[in-house]
Amino acid sequence: MAHDASQPQQRLARVGKATTEKPAARWALIAISLLFLLLMLFLPLTAVFVEAFRKGLFAFIEALGDPETFSAIRLTLIVAGIAVPLNLVFGIAAAWAIAKFEFKGKAFLTTLIDLPFSVSPVISGLVFVLLFGSHSVLGPFLQSYGIKILFAVPGLVLATVFVTFPFVARELIPLMQEQGTADEEAALSLGASGWQTFWYVTLPNIKWGLLYGVLLCNARAMGEFGAVSVVSGHIRGQTNTMPLQVEILYNEYNFVAAFAVATLLALLALVTLVLKTLLEMRYSAEIAASRRH
Amino acid sequence: MNTQTRKAWRIRQPSVIPGFGLALGVTLFWLVLVILIPLSGLLIRSSALGSANFWALATDPRTLNALRVSFGTAFAAALVNVIFGIVLAWVLVRYSFPGKRIIDAMVDLPFALPTAVAGIALTTLYAPNGWIGQWLTPLGIKVAFTPVGITIALIFIGLPFVVRTVQPIMEEIDREVEEAAATLGATRFQTISRVLLPGLTPAVLTGFALAFARGVGEYGSVIFIAGNLPYVSEIAPLLIVIRLEEFNYPAATAIAAVMLLISFMMLLVINLIQSWSRRRYGYGA
Repeated sequence: MAHDASQPQQRLARVGKATTEKPAARWALIAISLLFLLLMLFLPLTAVFVEAFRKGLFAFIEALGDPETFSAIRLTLIVAGIAVPLNLVFGIAAAWAIAKFEFKGKAFLTTLIDLPFSVSPVISGLVFVLLFGSHSVLGPFLQSYGIKILFAVPGLVLATVFVTFPFVARELIPLMQEQGTADEEAALSLGASGWQTFWYVTLPNIKWGLLYGVLLCNARAMGEFGAVSVVSGHIRGQTNTMPLQVEILYNEYNFVAAFAVATLLALLALVTLVLKTLLEMRYSAEIAASRRH
Repeated sequence: MNTQTRKAWRIRQPSVIPGFGLALGVTLFWLVLVILIPLSGLLIRSSALGSANFWALATDPRTLNALRVSFGTAFAAALVNVIFGIVLAWVLVRYSFPGKRIIDAMVDLPFALPTAVAGIALTTLYAPNGWIGQWLTPLGIKVAFTPVGITIALIFIGLPFVVRTVQPIMEEIDREVEEAAATLGATRFQTISRVLLPGLTPAVLTGFALAFARGVGEYGSVIFIAGNLPYVSEIAPLLIVIRLEEFNYPAATAIAAVMLLISFMMLLVINLIQSWSRRRYGYGA
């Protein structure tokens, strides 16, 4: 959390009873919140782990040792390994242009970057099916050169890039706007080149915010389901990512295996949350204040 | 920045910082290639259908029902999230209790947990023989495989949107306003309902709109718990997938175009709320 937990408490003591709720109301509100979170967040998370180990540790390990599951894990790592760096480069470029310069159409450009957040994941996949499908202009043309986009890794990467497009840029833009251009101007006036300024001045200033954006981008890239599902074609052992493998196993009533793969994704989510919280605690000033996703 | 006056013919104001051309070039290239060309492809495809054809596809009874289910459940879920989101944000900002930091971090779980995992977990809980479902079945309450189940999944997905938009604004509330209200004789309830909550309206509306927009398009967490019964619990994104699997591209395109237009309108509404709140309250929601 960005704020100090003890501070409101001290202020509460100072302003006295008139500006706080009665203890009964306070505890009722806390109880309602905890009950709601228990029911909506903790219970589903617990269910994932309990169901995965329902038939014991051996069944769990056996489910994860399945070659198709292994290939799904590999594919997820490959897709995220390509999509995240691409959006990292884009995010830095976009933040540099938007935060360090004043130009016409800046607000419009920012809105365009946020666009993928308001598009349904299924539509994010559909647009690539329409662009590269067998009935499109581009699809058969590329096919004649032996390039396969849909139902192959390039399609999965494109859909993932589309969905995770804004994450890094969104994190960096407010941060770099807040930092201004004084540091860079100082470096430049001392004779640093543009790239030197970026590597030795800007990058150290934004590294924690950058890591934060990459973390969120990666979590979404590895967990994306709807967009990837539409372009994947569900070829077993070939174009199934981990979330798609979860769906297939679940629909085959292979619940232990489905939840076993799900535990890996849930662990990814928990690791992401822990790192995110640590970054927020230690580097709150270096992370953009905007926390909407 | 510099103090030079902006001239009408100048696209950007002069600056000593290098790399504008490169940075903007990379940004625009990537934006056009990955986002704008694919999205305009969809719009071109749907306009190529012709207005009569498009209208017939968009007003097909099954499509209309799917849109109704998507928008209805997303609306209900966003409403529930507004109520619990305000309470939760209040508790996190104002009170201290053991485990608060963990609770605060957990609010982001729906952002981090892949939707398919959330979907199968919620289905396990709310299926008729599930952890929670088995207690509801004797009472005659059916959650999984009904629109109620869809709403539950969308509550899960949308919760962080409301909490995370309201929470920072609550932290900014000036305590002197409350003290003033109290010294003027307002009860605590009056202070909250008449003084504090109205100031939170823009943030709450933004959070509601974000949760609603996300819920309308949500797919992964919903399809497992929905039961996917046409006309009853079939959501619009699923119908797009079904039409695609039937190779009925015109129908899939038409539904997508309708959803896209509505989402863009919602985006516009969110931007309007934010600029209105900046004007009125001096901060963005």
